[in-house]
Amino acid sequence: MLEGILLGLQTAFSVQMLLMVIGGCLIGTFIGMLPGLGPMSIIAIMIPVAISMGDPAAAIILLAGVYYGAIFGGSTSSILLNAPGVAGTVATSFDGYPMAKQGKAGKALTVAAIASFCGGTIGAILLMIFAPALSSVALLFHSAEYFALMIVGLSAIAAFAGTGQVAKALMMTILGLMLGTVGEGTMFSLPRFTMGIMDLQSGLGFVTLAMAMFALPEALFLVLNPAASETGKSEEIKDLRITRTEAKSIAPVIGRQSIQGFFIGVLPGAGATIASFLGYAVERNIASKDEQEKFGKGSIKGLAAPETANNAACTGSFVPLLTLGIPGSGTTAILLGALIALNVTPGPRLMIDEPQIFWAVIISMYIGNFVLLVLNLPLIPYIAKILAVPRNYLIPYILFFTLMGAYIGQNNATELLLLVAFGVCATALRFADYPLAPLLIGFILGGMLEDNFARSMQLYDGVSFIWERPMTLGLLVISVLLVLLPSFRARRARLRSAGVADGD
Amino acid sequence: MALDRWIALILLGFCLIYGYTAWFTMDASLAPFMKRNPIWPSTFPKLLSIVGIGASLIILLNLEKGEPKEMDMDYRRLFEYKIGQALFLLALMVAYALCLRPLGFIFSTSAFLILGSFILGERKWFTMIPVALIATLFIWYLVQQVLGIYLRPFPEFLGV
Repeated sequence: MLEGILLGLQTAFSVQMLLMVIGGCLIGTFIGMLPGLGPMSIIAIMIPVAISMGDPAAAIILLAGVYYGAIFGGSTSSILLNAPGVAGTVATSFDGYPMAKQGKAGKALTVAAIASFCGGTIGAILLMIFAPALSSVALLFHSAEYFALMIVGLSAIAAFAGTGQVAKALMMTILGLMLGTVGEGTMFSLPRFTMGIMDLQSGLGFVTLAMAMFALPEALFLVLNPAASETGKSEEIKDLRITRTEAKSIAPVIGRQSIQGFFIGVLPGAGATIASFLGYAVERNIASKDEQEKFGKGSIKGLAAPETANNAACTGSFVPLLTLGIPGSGTTAILLGALIALNVTPGPRLMIDEPQIFWAVIISMYIGNFVLLVLNLPLIPYIAKILAVPRNYLIPYILFFTLMGAYIGQNNATELLLLVAFGVCATALRFADYPLAPLLIGFILGGMLEDNFARSMQLYDGVSFIWERPMTLGLLVISVLLVLLPSFRARRARLRSAGVADGD
Repeated sequence: MALDRWIALILLGFCLIYGYTAWFTMDASLAPFMKRNPIWPSTFPKLLSIVGIGASLIILLNLEKGEPKEMDMDYRRLFEYKIGQALFLLALMVAYALCLRPLGFIFSTSAFLILGSFILGERKWFTMIPVALIATLFIWYLVQQVLGIYLRPFPEFLGV
């Protein structure tokens, strides 16, 4: 492991990589602050740039920097404006915005920055411990287990979607898998579902789909409902310091939430949003009586908890990506797509085949967190000025960047028309409250899922691998339970609340 | 019927067409020797179509009951939103896609950025035009010279 760390240090501390981290963090912070643009849209917009750099280590370091920056930027806008740019920072605004209203905006931003830094750093240490262990276990997996594992991942994403949403998330996953079958697969040289259109022969572009699913609907929502993006007046930000007693009171919160957030982040489908809400809820429940009163009215514990948890969860979500090659969230799915485009296949072999990428990513997490703390803290008052960019200028540029991203990726004008068409569909789906991240995850995993399925079918000459390999069977049973349990529990709860007696 | 169930109906139709293609038309072009394989190109799509039809029926028939939750955007108020602006911008994006090659990057992009701001209600031409031109030239330089991706700068008929 020490050798790996040294290799990572060597790669990550080159001038180019340092510039990537710094640049990525700054870009992420700037754009992440704009209400309505989450990390997924920003990373989707940045992908063409990252891919055209050609160096996979530099690309993923840049994108990871953008990711942390975007999360940090999102908390800045939730604290200053009560306008969380990212779902993961909604919980931050519960206590951050009241603090800003009491004139403690500077203090709130400092607490957020420190909590993010600690969450991210502790998360990276845990990642360093768990990822190598998990990837040595993962080497025992065959294609049958991979197939089953991906099914578990996809069903977990559906299962964690929330009450009344399981079928919708499942439907979106299936739709993503279906879109993934368009074009020529790797196992068969037969064009499928291309409707005779030559441009579809190589399949749908992943960047196009990512832009259409996230960046375009968000931009359209900003157009449709200007009130949602209305920016408040950012007041003068001063007094960034926190006192010693405050530091003492948030230290245990940060410690607990780093660990809890990390493990929630590791679970597929859970991610930063659930981690931050759960972190907030847990800390409120275990706080003393009079501290509980303060939650929601500007408690620094209530601010530190979700901030630590969402950053730790971001780091945690890299574990399944780097060790199993299975993304647990929309953001890591986009990162996976970018890595595949650069001819790197994340998975248990990544640590052995390309250790410099694996370790450079981990080391860059420390650098990224450090950069965010050192660079952004003094810059916060200036960065907040970007919130004043008028939307009449902002929106055409966002639309233009989505178009450009799709065009650069494929160098094909048909792709732009596809982007608009998919973007309109995605907006309709969002209006109807269908989650879009499962669609993209399904699309990205679709090819691998089918390959592994086909390989196991060929090895076992049929579907007998399902019952002949106990681990595969176990994983598949888990995935069925994951999908069925939430609806079963909801049904039981409904029957109880309706006062229906059980079998009378 | 709520919008999500209408969409489920459309998705059901999509799954049925997808399933029809997978079950009935796709295997026609399969080479005879490939028919002895345990897995065909259509196997995975066939499975997907079944699960897809199931999931869309669950949503359509409202079998999974959830509490209605507060949405930040409500489609029932669609016409209170600035739908005209959104439609114009979408049309502008389509026009941009069609014009990018024939009219060249520099003209299409600056026109797109200026018209985009115009549609959103901006009328300060003296700010709009210079900002759009600077941004266009900067991005063209970045993509073409720094990233090395070819973008035709001028209209096609000029032959440059």
